[in-house]
Amino acid sequence: MPVDDLVLQQVAMSRSEYERLLDMLDREPTEVELGMVGALWSEHCGYKHSKPLFKHFPSTGDYVLTKTGEENAGAIDLGDGWVAVFKMESHNHPSALEPYEGAATGVGGILRDIFAMGMRPVALLDSLRFGPLSDQRNRRLFRGVVAGIGGYGNCIGVPTVGGEVQMHPAYSGNPLVNAMCVGVGRREHLLSASASGVGNPLVLVGADTGVDGIHGATFASVELSEGSDAHRPAVQVGNPFLEKLLMEACCELAEQHKDWIEGLQDLGAAGLTSSAVEAANRAGTGIEIDVALVPRRAQHMTPYQVMLSESQERMLVIPKREHLDEVLAHFRRWEIRADVIGTVTDDQMATIRDGDQVVARIPVRVLVDPPQYPPEGVRPSSLDALQAEDLAAQPDLEPSEASSMLLRLLASENISSRRWIYRQYDHQVQNNTVVRPGGDAAVIRIKHSTKGVAAATDCNGRMLALDPRTGAAMAVAEACRNVVATGAKPAALTDCLNFGNPEKPDVAWQLEEAILGLSEAARVLEAPVISGNASLYNEAPTGSILPTPSIGVVGLIEDARTALTIAPEPGDTVILLGAEVAQEAATLAGSEYQWLTRERIAGMPRIDLGLESRVQRLVLDLHERALLTAAHDLADGGLAVALAEMCIAAGEGIDASDTAAGARLDATLFGEEPSRFLVATANPQAVLEFAAGHNIPAVALGVVGGDRLRVGPVDVALAAAAHEWGEGLDRVLAKI
Amino acid sequence: MRATVVVFPGTWSDNDCVWALGQCGIEARKVWHTDEVTFDRDELVVLPGGFSYGDYLRTGAIARFSPVMEAVARHAEAGGLVIGICNGFQILCESGLLPGVLMRNESLQFRCQDAYLVPVSQASPFTAHLEVGRGYLMPVSHGEGRYVADESTIAMLDDTDRVAFRYAEADGTVTADANPNGSMNNIAGILNERGNVLGMMPHPERACEPLLGNEDGNAIWLSVLEAVGAKV
Repeated sequence: MPVDDLVLQQVAMSRSEYERLLDMLDREPTEVELGMVGALWSEHCGYKHSKPLFKHFPSTGDYVLTKTGEENAGAIDLGDGWVAVFKMESHNHPSALEPYEGAATGVGGILRDIFAMGMRPVALLDSLRFGPLSDQRNRRLFRGVVAGIGGYGNCIGVPTVGGEVQMHPAYSGNPLVNAMCVGVGRREHLLSASASGVGNPLVLVGADTGVDGIHGATFASVELSEGSDAHRPAVQVGNPFLEKLLMEACCELAEQHKDWIEGLQDLGAAGLTSSAVEAANRAGTGIEIDVALVPRRAQHMTPYQVMLSESQERMLVIPKREHLDEVLAHFRRWEIRADVIGTVTDDQMATIRDGDQVVARIPVRVLVDPPQYPPEGVRPSSLDALQAEDLAAQPDLEPSEASSMLLRLLASENISSRRWIYRQYDHQVQNNTVVRPGGDAAVIRIKHSTKGVAAATDCNGRMLALDPRTGAAMAVAEACRNVVATGAKPAALTDCLNFGNPEKPDVAWQLEEAILGLSEAARVLEAPVISGNASLYNEAPTGSILPTPSIGVVGLIEDARTALTIAPEPGDTVILLGAEVAQEAATLAGSEYQWLTRERIAGMPRIDLGLESRVQRLVLDLHERALLTAAHDLADGGLAVALAEMCIAAGEGIDASDTAAGARLDATLFGEEPSRFLVATANPQAVLEFAAGHNIPAVALGVVGGDRLRVGPVDVALAAAAHEWGEGLDRVLAKI
Repeated sequence: MRATVVVFPGTWSDNDCVWALGQCGIEARKVWHTDEVTFDRDELVVLPGGFSYGDYLRTGAIARFSPVMEAVARHAEAGGLVIGICNGFQILCESGLLPGVLMRNESLQFRCQDAYLVPVSQASPFTAHLEVGRGYLMPVSHGEGRYVADESTIAMLDDTDRVAFRYAEADGTVTADANPNGSMNNIAGILNERGNVLGMMPHPERACEPLLGNEDGNAIWLSVLEAVGAKV
């Protein structure tokens, strides 16, 4: 077969990678083989540029049951036989072209990763990034993505309970759509995605296979460009109704008939190719598939198209031979198509036939051994001046301007209420949502147990833009802080590494630094990395996105009835934990205040992970002693915004006007020094003493009540603050 | 009293309904839409929420043809109790057991939020023991919940005391602001002529425990129990 550059470009393979393949095979690949290798060696499936860095991730811990990357998602032990599995995955490129379907199928894909493990999905979260909403094109993407997430999640009956969204010009034209799913179940129902047992059949269940999504994995591994619209056929179309049936059928199979099957695997990126090959690789077996047996929804599909189709809502079941009929009958009862398409073999080869004709026969080890490119990063020298900039040289905020500045921040597109989004998501179905969206983390109770799980996602790309190592550590810290604020102990994390083109030295450096920062924070905060995904090549014509390793943290709360929200009770005292009130100008680095007032970011963010860990433990200890009525982490917008959010949630004001302003009013009110919480308590004395005993700064700010929000020189009506915060997003999205 | 929760392909509040009924001590079984079923005379039949058949074609339009719906219609005909919640309400309207239709929300968006309902009619076992005029807190979660009917039907519902609930403020006052979907006359739930069939968009089964925020929804199940004089 003549292989020219155009053919290689279609499978996103370089000439040298092709040479490597020739060496491994000792012959030229067939067309189908080349397509399969191209897909599995793509960045999206093969993690060519990111895998060499995964070794830095801490992957073991008290709660961890799986090895990173070994299964479709990571699993943690919640005690008493309960298990949680979770993972986050990106669907950025499809969403850039077709926001509704791109986001919808992102949700569908992550759900399949979870129920492939036999666990019932109990919560969805979404970490989203867009360009500024002042731009009509970004608003269109924003609305489409939110509608797509809702359209899929609402239909399937899994609550969408959390996530976050941030706007920045670097995401214009290349939005980020990272979907996370948490599943819960009994440990004995946990399934593996392995093709074990030579001679066992391979059963494809769910949707018919069509021409949609072909080369989706390779498309996800190149930069978006002016011509990307031509890739629209690479975007799949979701059918959440079918997925609902598939989910019920698979969960029931795991719960009631686990002994019938050896493995269950989802079909995601690179479709049947990656699904079957990964399952065989896990079991150390081979697979033989006859594409003529694969039910199609389009005529005249080639074997190449069948093997690379990314049609949604399909699963691969590996039943034990003797239970094949029962498994087929099980899916028939759920009104789902199920067909035997091949068998497990002992030759460690992936053999693809079209009837009698063999169209591919290639060792599994070749397919799962993509080249590795340790990133060769170079720190961009432009960072020196940016980081060294003296933020104290900027004029401070005038006290007379403090009130209007708070209102402006509350109404900003990055801080204002996310209600416009989450009221379009069913966040209550399944009757488990104890802490609803709108706070720091969502809490889902586990029925027939007192336990609950808390989940949150976070990442502030602005901090990473200034210093990727610190920024990534801050993202881990903030996601953990959000979980801790509900009274749950962080157990593990998942990540979605969204970066630009790793072949660019500055992006490679960002990737490397971010992974080091993430790993260090995960180690110190005892939240190991149990699953994840990398999405590189996030480049729009205007340049790379901000480095954005989205972090999803899941925590355990032993008694879900004690879960905290951010809303204090009237009469409670609000206490700042983790730092003194006064802050210096350096804490404005990368902050929302800096961005809003200067339309640029500068300075050097910082975090003391030791302090972070101690403060988080303090909050958990205080919660365990039942001393807290509410807790909220300090992040975007700093102290004044966090205090306002608590008061708005409670519908009560506060008088914290005695709060001493330090040398810098702007930094004290709006600086974003990490490792800080606001907690509310009916027993301030005990909290202050306990904090002092642990040598952690604690300052009582004021007592909750009244209809005004006073903090330092800020003095606004609570109703005005609530209005600005509540309507901020609605206002900008009211425009066409 | 026994309860049966009907499961169509795409139903998702079946388990929530079983759970909520259990909170009130009512044992409930689930039946699949193709199961051969017969209902006892005093059985409560629940058509739960969800997206039966993916809402394809039109909400509830395909589910009305499910085999189980013949048994449901016979049960209703014989005076048995039937409640349709959310998608169940849509199915009851599609199958002609209740008048009117549920259209897309006025906002053209899905809405998941708390809503207060004020009971209007007490002429049904579902509402007989609710306090008229008081606001009951129950969540709504739908994209197509705007109740629409022709003027004569709306007038007939009012004249014959067949409006079960209207959307209201917390204190029970009916206002336009309290209407989450643009339903005509703030209608949140309606009854059939005999009062044995109730369709409502809000989810009483989600308001069943203090842990989830409130338990106002249980009032409906408790009213049924009291009305039929059943012991649990």
